Amino acid sequence: MNAIKLIQAHDLLLKRQHKTVLHDISLSINKGQIITVIGPNGCGKSTLIRVLLGLEALDSGYVERKPNLRVGYMPQKLSLDERMPLSVWSFLKLSRNVRSKDIRHWLKRLNIESLAQLSVHTLSGGEWQRVLLAKSLLMNPDLLVLDEPVQGVDIQGQLELYNLIPQLRDELGCAILMVSHDLHLVMAATDEVICLNGHICCSGTPDKVSIDPAYLKLFGKETVEAPLVTYTHHHDHEHDHQCGGHHD
Amino acid sequence: MISTWWITPLMAGLLLALVAGPLGSFVVWRRMAFFGDTLAHGALLGITLGVLTDINLSLALIIGSVFLALVLLPLEKYARVSADTLLGIVSHSTLAIGLVTLSLAHGIRVDLMGYLFGDLLAVELTDVLWIALAGATMLAIVIWQWRPLLAITVSEELAFIEGYPVQRLKLLLLLMLALMVALSMKVVGILLVSALLIIPPAAARALSYTPKQMALIASLVGMVSVVLGMLASFRWDTPAGPSIVVAATSIFVVLTALNPLIKRT
Repeated sequence: MNAIKLIQAHDLLLKRQHKTVLHDISLSINKGQIITVIGPNGCGKSTLIRVLLGLEALDSGYVERKPNLRVGYMPQKLSLDERMPLSVWSFLKLSRNVRSKDIRHWLKRLNIESLAQLSVHTLSGGEWQRVLLAKSLLMNPDLLVLDEPVQGVDIQGQLELYNLIPQLRDELGCAILMVSHDLHLVMAATDEVICLNGHICCSGTPDKVSIDPAYLKLFGKETVEAPLVTYTHHHDHEHDHQCGGHHD
Repeated sequence: MISTWWITPLMAGLLLALVAGPLGSFVVWRRMAFFGDTLAHGALLGITLGVLTDINLSLALIIGSVFLALVLLPLEKYARVSADTLLGIVSHSTLAIGLVTLSLAHGIRVDLMGYLFGDLLAVELTDVLWIALAGATMLAIVIWQWRPLLAITVSEELAFIEGYPVQRLKLLLLLMLALMVALSMKVVGILLVSALLIIPPAAARALSYTPKQMALIASLVGMVSVVLGMLASFRWDTPAGPSIVVAATSIFVVLTALNPLIKRT
């Protein structure tokens, strides 16, 4: 079967103030595929996503997108200025070429109908994430890009969301590219994992990646065995992430 | 016979306030307040050049602020973080250079105070016609492009990914802002132009639940301020431009103080 390629990246290189953020990255995203990018904090996950979306300029390499590719993007963070009064409904209504019918559909599908008339400034972290997800779905995307979609969401909500992701793929027939910092949470929901640390350390099915030496080295054995370690636990031993203090 | 001399300036003020409502709301939402100031200060340089080259001053004003807007467009991207210093330098140096050059231009007397603080009563019928024409055009554009303009204000990145022409929309907004600054100069003056843009939307924020409401209420607040300011100006012989700004500020203070009461009901 010859898969339709939505995005192809060739030999990406990106530096910031003489520091190499991404290098030697080539990948392709096919129709209907769910790909998860994992990696330690600050190792270029969000930057890679932004490069693929055309939000960030490259130093070399290029990104090929299928012509007229419709992309739905759920950013890691979007804070709105309180100076603008805005309800959830009006926020969603700002999406390009959107129909009220579709807004109602996705609000219902994501169980957030009750939020429609609320001000966006009063939502909780989890509610806001769902609204952002709804907004990305309104594009009727060929490719759905989710940057850390569960940030600020409780465990129950995280499980719900990861259950939802394959369903969304089937409903929309789209590809999904998401960023996560935890392989174990996304294992069931993803077809392919890309383990990133400036470059692609390893990639493949979740099962394959979870036993790959490069993955184990990057995340440390203990973290791998205890997927929900707390932040304080990390402080008991040396950080073995080699990505320095870069933040994106 | 009832005197009618006040009709022209009143019309000019009301028309400007009407357009300043939505445009000023964008200035507030996009945190461009300082940017508007810079445009206004730079406009004095436009006037200076107009005086020196002997072209129509209103035209020189418009050319000056549009030119500055185009130069500053790439800057606006960074204005939130570090470029405020740079904007400050541009803003005050253009004002200073304008003032110095004007004083050096021998034999030419320009009503400097008129430009700095506005001279509403010097507004002529042709000015009103210009304001009406440009104002109607800008209002039409804002209404026609309302959703795209709002989308790039909420998030330029999401708007870009959804396929909005982000750069073109930003340019459009900036050009309208420059034109607005140039038009308001005669009424409120260089030093107070951005007050006319910012204070009414800030006052309107307390009362509004949607962006559209905020823009409309801002227009209303601005227009009421124009009427109150002019009345005060006639009654106590105060300068019209500053009186309008004082009126707008009073409305802002009252509405903001009442805000908790209003929102509760």
